Amino acid sequence: MADTALVEEMLSTPERAAAVAKGGARDARFRILTLLAALLVLTLFIGLMVALVVGSWPAIQAFGWAFIVDGIWSPVLEKFGARAPIFGTLVTSFLAMFLAVPIGIGIAIFLTEICPRPLRRPIGIAIELLAGIPSIIYGIWGLFVFAPWFQEHVQPAVIDGCTWIATKTGITFFEDLFQGPPYGIGMFTAAFILSIMVLPFIAAVTRDVFETVPAMLKEAAYGLGCTTWEVMWRVVLPFARSGVVGGGMLALGRALGETMAVTFVIGNDHHIHESLFAPATTISASIANEFSEAVGDLYHASLIELGLILFFITFIVLASAQLMLRALERRAGSAS
Amino acid sequence: MKSKNPLLISRRKAWNGMFLLLSVAAAVFGIFWLTLILSELLIKGFDGISPRLFTEITPVPGDEGGLANAIAGSLFMSITAVLLGTPIGLLAGTYLAEYGRHSWLAVVIRFVNDILLSTPSILTGLFIYEILVVPAQHFSGWAGIAALAVIVVPVVVRTTENMLLLVPNGLREAAAALGAPRSNVIRAVTWRAARAGIVTGVLLAIARISGETAPLLFTALGNNNWSLNPNQPLAALPLVIFNFANSAYEIQHKLAWAGALLITATVLSLSIIARLLQPKRS
Repeated sequence: MADTALVEEMLSTPERAAAVAKGGARDARFRILTLLAALLVLTLFIGLMVALVVGSWPAIQAFGWAFIVDGIWSPVLEKFGARAPIFGTLVTSFLAMFLAVPIGIGIAIFLTEICPRPLRRPIGIAIELLAGIPSIIYGIWGLFVFAPWFQEHVQPAVIDGCTWIATKTGITFFEDLFQGPPYGIGMFTAAFILSIMVLPFIAAVTRDVFETVPAMLKEAAYGLGCTTWEVMWRVVLPFARSGVVGGGMLALGRALGETMAVTFVIGNDHHIHESLFAPATTISASIANEFSEAVGDLYHASLIELGLILFFITFIVLASAQLMLRALERRAGSAS
Repeated sequence: MKSKNPLLISRRKAWNGMFLLLSVAAAVFGIFWLTLILSELLIKGFDGISPRLFTEITPVPGDEGGLANAIAGSLFMSITAVLLGTPIGLLAGTYLAEYGRHSWLAVVIRFVNDILLSTPSILTGLFIYEILVVPAQHFSGWAGIAALAVIVVPVVVRTTENMLLLVPNGLREAAAALGAPRSNVIRAVTWRAARAGIVTGVLLAIARISGETAPLLFTALGNNNWSLNPNQPLAALPLVIFNFANSAYEIQHKLAWAGALLITATVLSLSIIARLLQPKRS
């Protein structure tokens, strides 16, 4: 009680009261300043969405929902449809994930279980650093090094091999999938370069998630006589599942929106071909290739509407990735 | 109940061996391609490195030249974007960690921020095109700066919040018990305690934007002359790489590789410095 009285007395002296009031006012100002900055982040997000809708409005009005499925892309006729870019975006991304996820998980298993201990940190750090390399580097490497080599040494063999399978067995599935002249560039090359680009990211995230698995769980499994593989498959992977899937979704989000690694090697062809070796296009590649040269409001608006579609696709993927990673964080928080 | 089935044991061992071999193979495969890319970049990039790179501007097709205007444009735009984006990100991250914490607004902003963090950067370019280039009716360095700043903000918000949350609450309570107003506690105690981590975030943001190409394509556009006037289109290293890689001239390809090496060296050294500064994970 005496203490409260003392505090009240201190506050009652005019200078003291003024100082406290000043501190309080400064507090309020600082709080509002940080709040405004936080609201700006929200504004950027909403603004991004609104700008895309406003920019694509002429195309939305002209083509309606048919835009999404229409296969025609003709600047001359001013008729536009997003089927080929959406198709290309989804196929390259999923193909890339199909290649990169197993290999990324393999690298993570290697790093957490097999790699000699002194090498773990250096290799882990190298992989994390590689995850930060700008995608344009992968793009020009793909264009100048990988595509010519692939065209000369791999594609002819694959095409011949598939034809051979078709003539021997009558199964034309592979022949259809890998037919056509060897261009070097095309859907498959783009997917392959995308997969190398997201690989370090997947490996780094997966390794981090694996490291959240309590050592005691693994030791208990080893104690029961499990092999390393059984521990990984039955204990570590189930425990880390939501994290691995969340990390994979984040990587998928990157692959879907990736521009520079794809634009160089995709060939920018608005026709859908059956063959994976044929040129194709993706949403981001179409925008990057055509936006600066696009003439006419409708052409611009159509390209922006492609962007809007990409925004929705990536939003769904990224949002579900976040929900999964949040769940993992909560669990890690409650476990510790 | 002893396991007497030697077949089962050997089969389990065989599975184990096979999958461990597969994961070693995966690691070798991945590391092979990544080192291949880096070594090729080093070889082709060093081929194009010369003093002229830093003294001459980008050449017209068929001519010789350097990358001086692109390097200057990139440095100028990246630095300005970081100067614009960092205070906003720092304050917003502070709000999330110090004031908002579990309020619904903070939850929403955190969610939106993490979405922005991975939003395709070409969409950032379209956004800035719509709000800055269309009204002004011309491409400009400012538009490029704005696009890069939009990428900087979420990176800084995320690291700032994470680093501030690592600061023990005891420090805040001790400062508050001394009678320091909340804003002083934050600025003099928690910011200071988290300084290394926050600087790391800013470095990572610089690393991130120094290689960004897509958001500059229809904002800064590129410029073949020497210019640091942000009201005009500005040159940038990634844009030059993009344009020259698609050209037909060997000299321009060489410059593209040299530029790619410069960018990679910048990004890698920034990430290494950031890593050295980073507070140790517990």
